[in-house]
Amino acid sequence: MKSFKLDWLILPLLGIAVVLLAWQISCKTWAKELPSPAKTWDASKDYVLKPFEKRGEMDQGILRFTWYSLVLVAKGYAIALVVGTPIGFFLGLSKAFTKTFDPIIQVLRPVSPLAWLPLGLVLFLGAGKQASEMGALFTIAICAMWPTVLNTAVGVRAVPQDYLNVAKVLKLSRWKTLTKVLIPATLPYMFTGFRLSLGIAWLVIVAAEMLTGRPGVGGFLWQEYNALLYEHIILCIITIGVVGFILDRLMSLVESRFKTA
Amino acid sequence: MPYLELKSVSKGYGLNGARTEVLRDVNLTIDQGEFVAIVGYSGAGKTTLMSILAGLIRPDAGTVTLEGREMTGPGPDRGLVFQNYSLLPWLTVAENIRLAVDQVFPEKSEAERAAHTTEFIELVSLTPARDKRPHELSGGMRQRVSVARTLAMNPKVLLCDEPLSALDALTRANLQDEITRIRTLHRQTVVLVTNDPDEAILLADRVVPLTAGPNATLGRSFIVNLPHPRDRKALNHDLRFRELRREISEFLLQSRQDRHATLTRKLVLPDIEPEDLSVPRSRLGRSRPLRSNELKEATVEVTS
Repeated sequence: MKSFKLDWLILPLLGIAVVLLAWQISCKTWAKELPSPAKTWDASKDYVLKPFEKRGEMDQGILRFTWYSLVLVAKGYAIALVVGTPIGFFLGLSKAFTKTFDPIIQVLRPVSPLAWLPLGLVLFLGAGKQASEMGALFTIAICAMWPTVLNTAVGVRAVPQDYLNVAKVLKLSRWKTLTKVLIPATLPYMFTGFRLSLGIAWLVIVAAEMLTGRPGVGGFLWQEYNALLYEHIILCIITIGVVGFILDRLMSLVESRFKTA
Repeated sequence: MPYLELKSVSKGYGLNGARTEVLRDVNLTIDQGEFVAIVGYSGAGKTTLMSILAGLIRPDAGTVTLEGREMTGPGPDRGLVFQNYSLLPWLTVAENIRLAVDQVFPEKSEAERAAHTTEFIELVSLTPARDKRPHELSGGMRQRVSVARTLAMNPKVLLCDEPLSALDALTRANLQDEITRIRTLHRQTVVLVTNDPDEAILLADRVVPLTAGPNATLGRSFIVNLPHPRDRKALNHDLRFRELRREISEFLLQSRQDRHATLTRKLVLPDIEPEDLSVPRSRLGRSRPLRSNELKEATVEVTS
């Protein structure tokens, strides 16, 4: 297709227009309960135009909610990386370790966050007020960990034999081989894992907040559904999507910095 | 006493049924300061032989000794220049060399090691590129970094595993001259593996052909009696050079034709001494049954 001036701007806008039109038609024809785009904007503009306002526990500006969610995601994500990366290295380095734990990992990996969360809440029952946060963190960490674990393991296995031969000829100690050769050689793979993990962590946060009722984008969404304010549900969906998109872009920026030739 | 010695070295891959003997009964002695070139077909086992010399793989039988000591693992005393450079892509030229310097001379001071690194970057004339990463360099420059890294370890023997085979002809000629220059500077003991008889004769004091594999072994030595420095243009018209090239090529071609006749002259016997079980095994698995001399002279004549 021929490209023209400003096509990078005009074509995406056209795409948005098509979706808005479909939305408008839908709410006029078969989905009577679905609020129209104009109505959605009307009901949401308070939250968007004053994004940091706090009117009550569950009635805050949309960016404030986003901030709560991001903080929780950051904590859970950090746990996932700190736990997942070493596991990935062990899997990549040791055949015995792989044989021992790979089946368990493959079984735990596809378990949905909705299934983990109740277990998380039970695990931290003793924590009292903190229980819901700990449960949410546990869920985020355990769901977001797997891409990091698996990509790191693949990366470690893919370290070229040449680099390992260099380490052998130089008689690098185990620690130096790890820090000077293995980790730098694995970094590109690790960052692919980190990026996928962050995507999952952000998916999980919504589910976790819905079920625990914590303030945040997901909690807000669930509350407004119960309050029959459907416009806000759409606002939340768009916010979640945009934030996820931005996070992914940021991570791929970081990732491309670590790509070695 | 020979400086570097390979004694009845054999190496094969695979298990009993599908086993291929790559090297069989390889013997070679090299004097200090000598430049030996090993020429052979691709796939004959040249890289295997080099890896054995470097200690990266263990021979199934036979020994490698350097200054009378048996070599059982890799080490910086045998500097290996890899066929594909093997530079670490996340480090700059200087950092790649510095890694080796730091590892081999931990007792030197920070400043001394920095100076040492600079010296060897200068030796291969890469000072302008010292802060570049390998992917910003041409193939020839990368190989020069690799040579500098290896020389900076101050190895007793420089092992070059087809260092120039991935380069174009012009760069190749350039680097050949460079190797000669560095060599005359340091009087280094060098073992060069190559598939180019011309290159071997141009650079080495002695050329040893490796017969076609499987069951490759070294043929008789060809002494290169040409004075240094050798001029590649004049060499093409030198009668001794042409005679040597003809002989070596002929030997290699011959080895391919009659390899059936020389297939099994010697027998590998499972001469493994029993392991002393009263001695606790080292946890690292370094202890192995003693295998001193598994190649017996009991010969099986195969006439075809």
